[in-house]
Amino acid sequence: MRTSTRRSRRLGALAAVAALTTGLLAGCANDSNDGSSNSGDGGGGGKGKTTLTVGTFGVFGYKQAGLYDEYMKLHPNISIKENVTTRTDVYWPKTLTRLQAGSGTDDIQAIEVGNITEAVQTQADKFVDLGKEVDKSQWLDWKLAQATTKDGKTIGLGTDIGPMAICYRKDLFKQAGLETDRTKLAAQWKGDWAKYVDLGKQYMKKAPSGTKFVDSASSVYNAALGGESQRYYDKDGNVIWDKSTGVKKSWNAAMTVATSDMSAKLKQFDPTWDQGFAKGSFATVACPAWMMGYIQEKSGDAGKGKWDVAAAPTAANWGGSFIGVPTAGKHQKEAIALAKWLTAPEQQAKVFAKQASFPSTPAAYDSLKPAAATTSYFSDAPITQIFADSAKTIPVQTFGTKDQPIGTAITDVGILQVEQKGKSPEQGWNAAKAEIKDVLGQ
Amino acid sequence: MTSSKEALAHTATSADAAPGSQPGAARGAQGRGTPPPGPDSWRSRLYRWDMKASPYAFVAPFFIVFGAFGLVPLLYTAWYSLHNVQLSGLDHQTWAGLDNYKNLLSSEFFWNALENTFTIGVISTVPQLLMAIGIAHLLNYRLRGSTVWRVVMLTPYATSVAAATLVFTLLYSWDGGMINWLLHFVGVDPINWRESDWGGQFAVSSIVIWRWTGYNALIYLAAMQAIPTDLYESAALDGAGRWQQFRHVTIPMLRPTILFTVVVSTIGATQLFGEPLLFGGVSGSKGGSAHQYQTLGLYMYDQGWGIGNLGKASAIAWTMFLILLIVAAINLLVTRRLRKSQ
Repeated sequence: MRTSTRRSRRLGALAAVAALTTGLLAGCANDSNDGSSNSGDGGGGGKGKTTLTVGTFGVFGYKQAGLYDEYMKLHPNISIKENVTTRTDVYWPKTLTRLQAGSGTDDIQAIEVGNITEAVQTQADKFVDLGKEVDKSQWLDWKLAQATTKDGKTIGLGTDIGPMAICYRKDLFKQAGLETDRTKLAAQWKGDWAKYVDLGKQYMKKAPSGTKFVDSASSVYNAALGGESQRYYDKDGNVIWDKSTGVKKSWNAAMTVATSDMSAKLKQFDPTWDQGFAKGSFATVACPAWMMGYIQEKSGDAGKGKWDVAAAPTAANWGGSFIGVPTAGKHQKEAIALAKWLTAPEQQAKVFAKQASFPSTPAAYDSLKPAAATTSYFSDAPITQIFADSAKTIPVQTFGTKDQPIGTAITDVGILQVEQKGKSPEQGWNAAKAEIKDVLGQ
Repeated sequence: MTSSKEALAHTATSADAAPGSQPGAARGAQGRGTPPPGPDSWRSRLYRWDMKASPYAFVAPFFIVFGAFGLVPLLYTAWYSLHNVQLSGLDHQTWAGLDNYKNLLSSEFFWNALENTFTIGVISTVPQLLMAIGIAHLLNYRLRGSTVWRVVMLTPYATSVAAATLVFTLLYSWDGGMINWLLHFVGVDPINWRESDWGGQFAVSSIVIWRWTGYNALIYLAAMQAIPTDLYESAALDGAGRWQQFRHVTIPMLRPTILFTVVVSTIGATQLFGEPLLFGGVSGSKGGSAHQYQTLGLYMYDQGWGIGNLGKASAIAWTMFLILLIVAAINLLVTRRLRKSQ
């Protein structure tokens, strides 16, 4: 009796172990497949609801502007689920691996402008050609060109763009004895970022204590480069960053900033940068449309009415996104319809009203209404007008597959070494060079 | 001293003796019950099979999970490391042989990362363990509310890396950070902690030290409490003071525990990743503008997920694995040497 109970107990344990193991294995089997089972529960159309998933990063504004709810009301057989990944640098590698595995992708995937060329050049066969489905003339030419392959396949529809302006602190400008009127200011630096930097030298002569002219040299670099047609690659996909006129001009502007003590030496999107807004430690920042909300949030009530907006020296773009429909998705027809609807001018205008993400479809520009709070926060500046003017004149830019890591190498290694480690511009350039060599695997 | 030697000798002899003697009888004697009579009966065969198989069944889940999540990725990484693979072109692999490794050995960033991993490892592990012993010694005294003290020691370990690093990043921020503010009272100019070569490493180490000291202290404390009190009593009779007791009784008795913590900390230091990544902020995977606190883990992450060179990243992963094997081997040698000398 004793032995038999012991054995049965042991067998019981064995069974439990076996159950656990199979459970675990079943768990992984489910896991690697979860995306498709997610979208599969709608059950191939026909009867019941179709669930569409939208993969995004950061705050896209669709949910915030109530677009999903609106679409679901218009199409009672569709339900929409958004899968948000907060950080782009996590989102994109994950999306790339899923695209190539052909499973686990969402029905609609967002693509950031920094990754669009890589997607166009290496993942085009993994996306539906949306160019056939829409009226392409709705979009700004340069925006459409970014998502179109050489043989004319459009893999993503433009959502927002990042036309640039200069946000400046009127009160600090006044104290430093500078012009405070936005049109006169814009005229002073029109055409060249070097003029903007020169104004910075003037600002520093009588700068209110504890303040600098800009937040960082890198932001000036990014802003200036955003208006140049020649960046890191030529049209044939060769890396030309060290010969590029655009890079050279922007680098020089950034170097003037870095070596003349007019920068608060902050790194954008770091917690310390946020503090800089709150403390008012810099007087200007190059602000793409999507940054307006950020400034408002970080500067808080204390900054209300002190900020103003003027046109940037050159029309420039910084950021923006696309949405594409992966061919691996189970409900392509429904996904295409949703993507078309989400990127239509009316919907883009709604997102702008809520989130200040600037539309990539000019048809929306006449009906744009920024939130009343935003307008009064920025001293009643004609924000829509300024950004729309910029958006229409941004040049077509050539991008390459490793734009993002090359850009990071220049700003976060090259420029940062000059700005924060006191290296010479030449040393900074060489450091960036070594870094880019590493990036390109040479 | 003598008692521990005897204990060691005892375990050694019993372990040595086990394979020589009759295993069935020995095990039976050790409380599994005597096997039922009748050598060829069905029950006895089942019993014997049960005896042999069930231990394997019990340990199997670990090995199955390890195989799926440890071994397969390890081998797959080895395969990747011999190819040119881009994150955006997983299906376009081209054979590269040992190119990735050669590339790595000639890369200044790799050597820099290796050096950083070592220096950060040393400046975080050594003070950490020394402080942990000291704290454990203090906690070992009779204290009022000793449980409270012990729990407090463990709280840094319980906080997440992300939260701890965020706070430290603010403390170390060069403009308006608390540390520079305190330094200004003693007349030191503000230090740009994140971008200075030593400042960054120091700051990262301080986060590691803050998080792990209490954890190690509790391990030491547990070991200290297992030291028989009569050793201290006889030492006191021989006229040894507190400090002498600590040096001549506590430390030697703690030796195996110290070795254990050194091994664990070394492995942790070799894999250091979260703290420098988050401390670096937006482009943290570079480990500062001059890679001044880029560890091997960060370099691998930057190559693989920042830049997309999966082949090279895999080569780094395997190199790290080999380095860990070497570290483990050195530890083993040292342990043996110490055991013999004891």
